[in-house]
Amino acid sequence: MSKPRTITPKPSDIYFFATCVVDQFFPGAGMDAITLLENQGIRVHFPEEQTCCGQPAYTSGFPDEARKVAALQLTLFPQDWPVVVPSGSCAGMMKHHYPTLFADDPVRKAQAEALSGRIYELTDFLVNVLDFKPEDHGQDCTVVLHTSCSARREMGVHLTGRKLIGDLAKVTLAQQDHESECCGFGGTFSVKQPEISAAMVEDKLKSLKATGAERVVSADCGCLMNILGHAAWKDKQEGRATPSLPGEHIASFLLRRTAQ
Amino acid sequence: MSARDRILAKLKAAPLLPKAEPDVAAWFAGHRPVESNDQKVERFRRCIELAHAEVHAVTPANWLAKLREVLASKQIDRLLVAEGTPHGAAALDTLPVQGVECSTYDMPIEAWKTEMFTATPASLTAARAAIAETGTLILWPDADEPRLMSLVPPVHIVLLDRTRLYNTFFEAMQTEGWKDGLPTNSLLVSGPSKTADIQQTLAYGAHGPKELVVLLLGDEQ
Amino acid sequence: MNAQPIHFKPTEGFRARSKAVVDNPFLRQSFRGAMDFLMSKRAAQFPDSEELESLRLLGEQIRQYNLGKLPELLVRLEENLTRNGVQVHWAETPDEANAIILGICQKHSAKLMVKGKSMVSEEIELNHAAEAAGIGALESDMGEYIVQLAHEKPSHIIMPAIHKTKEEIARLFAENVPGVEYTDNVDALIQIGRNVLRQKFLEADIGLSGVNFAVAETGTLCLVENEGNGRMCTTAPPVHIAITGIEKIVEKLEHVPPLLSLLTRSATGQNISTYFNMISSPRKPGEKDGPAEVHLVLLDNGRSQAYADEQLRKTLQCIRCGACMNHCPVYTRIGGHAYGTTYPGPIGKIISPHMLGLDATANMATASSLCGACGEVCPVRIPIPELLIRLREESASAPHANPSMRGQGAGHDGLTSAIWRAWAAVYSSPALYRTVSWLGSRLRGLTPRRQAGWTSVRTPIQPAPKRLRDMIKERN
Repeated sequence: MSKPRTITPKPSDIYFFATCVVDQFFPGAGMDAITLLENQGIRVHFPEEQTCCGQPAYTSGFPDEARKVAALQLTLFPQDWPVVVPSGSCAGMMKHHYPTLFADDPVRKAQAEALSGRIYELTDFLVNVLDFKPEDHGQDCTVVLHTSCSARREMGVHLTGRKLIGDLAKVTLAQQDHESECCGFGGTFSVKQPEISAAMVEDKLKSLKATGAERVVSADCGCLMNILGHAAWKDKQEGRATPSLPGEHIASFLLRRTAQ
Repeated sequence: MSARDRILAKLKAAPLLPKAEPDVAAWFAGHRPVESNDQKVERFRRCIELAHAEVHAVTPANWLAKLREVLASKQIDRLLVAEGTPHGAAALDTLPVQGVECSTYDMPIEAWKTEMFTATPASLTAARAAIAETGTLILWPDADEPRLMSLVPPVHIVLLDRTRLYNTFFEAMQTEGWKDGLPTNSLLVSGPSKTADIQQTLAYGAHGPKELVVLLLGDEQ
Repeated sequence: MNAQPIHFKPTEGFRARSKAVVDNPFLRQSFRGAMDFLMSKRAAQFPDSEELESLRLLGEQIRQYNLGKLPELLVRLEENLTRNGVQVHWAETPDEANAIILGICQKHSAKLMVKGKSMVSEEIELNHAAEAAGIGALESDMGEYIVQLAHEKPSHIIMPAIHKTKEEIARLFAENVPGVEYTDNVDALIQIGRNVLRQKFLEADIGLSGVNFAVAETGTLCLVENEGNGRMCTTAPPVHIAITGIEKIVEKLEHVPPLLSLLTRSATGQNISTYFNMISSPRKPGEKDGPAEVHLVLLDNGRSQAYADEQLRKTLQCIRCGACMNHCPVYTRIGGHAYGTTYPGPIGKIISPHMLGLDATANMATASSLCGACGEVCPVRIPIPELLIRLREESASAPHANPSMRGQGAGHDGLTSAIWRAWAAVYSSPALYRTVSWLGSRLRGLTPRRQAGWTSVRTPIQPAPKRLRDMIKERN
């Protein structure tokens, strides 16, 4: 579990590592995260050569393939700026697994370790580096927050998303049962063990819906893809035209709430 | 090559990866309070009562009367005692004339196993000491108070000297130098026998004593 | 004597078995309730997270320190136990262990063996071997007794009958215990079990138990339990046989209190178990009870394979508390039997491949979302998710010489490897990635409606019309 970090002087520039999921499937979330950061007076750099952190191969047992992809990302952040990632899972990969992935390659290992210290999950960066206190301009609403397992257990940043939502004056954060339980995504797990994964996402959706919240927000698009994909499937099965539980990335939610 | 040699050979072929010895004493010093005897008694009592044991404060003058009262309240008229111990001898002197039949563990179990299992409703033993942290009795069964005495009878009554309390299990073993020699069997007992194996429902008296009674012996009540 | 439990099912049917449980709302609810109960009991024991984390760290250090000296400690344990009068036996395989135990039984012309809870005896399928040799092996832990009556295997290492309701147990008793009428009163059911088993403790020729910690410096076997059946098995019959894996050893007695505290608090949320039983010798002259003979069987069964590798060795730190399964969202959905192995849940996934080979257990490591709940609660800090990833790698990689695991490469298939190689080629090349991801967004209309596994309960995944990089370009 990570300890609360000391707030460093607010950086003028950061790198944004979008993740492949955001780039290809949730670009709006990425754009909103960038805008949110820029609104704090920060220059956001998006290295165009970025692809994927390598986690899918890594967790599937293909470390060589993961290393090949990770090696590219290692070269993309030459300046000593923070690297902000809108996903606890990808941030966890870069922060905690890159150094071990390159354990046998002294040069890259040193690069990985240096990079590791600069990796920030988005909500952690907003709260603990920027001391961002969102000013709420929205209407009363109730939301429920899903925190990814990587954010919670690997990055230890499960409290930052809650704090950001807690700072929004007109937003009520609903309490769900089994909050810390996995949504059942787990990358290739959802394909290799579809029955168990389906049972997990069913239960997760039920818990989220049982709160009566209007929407679910999360700082991880992998979980959102799973939860919202199941919610949409269920809506379709049950003949609902409008989503029974819409959801979005926390960056999009925060940006909208803070818009004047 | 024997299985022993094969196993050891495989283990020895592996890298040892030696690690520094952990400082167990430092952990306990930093994380467990050292309490006064009264505090330890209080903590011990709270914990063991939570585990469903019955505790009575007694004095050297009244413990036998309390023992008889406990037996009477449970309608027990037969008690297994250890004649070679002072408390067993005292019970033998006093209880039979008051209508409680006392049997003794005076021969090897093989000679009376069936009687032990079927006709011994209660037993009295002493505890060597106790542990406040977890509400635990330390028993060292011996020739006078053999192992089954604290296990087979459905009611087990234990005499505990209230000055013999340790803060922790660690403190007990360190203070008494257990590493230099342990008896055939030593036991920590923290309540009556229990199980939650059926639908997580707690039930007492699974295989050992259904009831555990502690007579906490001190100069004052 | 009742028929003995069936052999372990091969792990091939894992998906079918897990689906059967997942599709049963009653079982789903029952496992969820049981796991919620155990999780809240554990949480109540650790109100202070600093204390918990420092104790876990100490537990990890103790286990790693002792594993670091394992060969030396085993020899010392043997010396000290032998000096105390305990007979020590070594078994490399389950067959050897069974032969040793049955040999002792036969020497004593034993007809009935009462068993305290021992997962290692399950691991070697002792009940089966005993039955084949004409020796009755009766489980005496209430949960194990129930499971044996039902001709099943334990579905949890601490709560063997956690998959059964009291009504099922009531029926089981009414049908199998002579003279017993149906009752679903739990106290009454426990009394029925108590009465049956007391008679067996009285009659048994052999008592068998597991071991929680074996202390090298004193030559002591430690057993943790609540019911008292472990004490019965190790005290009432004339012969006591203990069986343990070679890893359950600590050098010093002082290593025991932290591990005991971690074990009982993590397992069942108790600050201590009802009994902690320390056995250092058989009955001595002048003593009036206790077995005349005590034996210890030290079992390898693949543990030395895990030991040989620095990372895999961490598997052996385990003290068998079961907290990983109590907190596992997969175990909670499918229960213990679906795994088809002696040890279910996260610990089962990482230990079973060493016992049975990766070929027999290849798909177990994939049955995890890597959520990390197991590693978070493990009292000795075994990095279970990391080990699962390692096992996936050992399984997926092409078979090679001198593998560190039996069955390495069992899950290897050329197509999957080729797909990952192609994936790596695309994602390690900015130009290729740009092209492929651009094509993905252009051709999003061609996204398949059915996507293996995913679309059974979800809408298809479809690339967005514009990538983030396109949106950034447009904005600038």
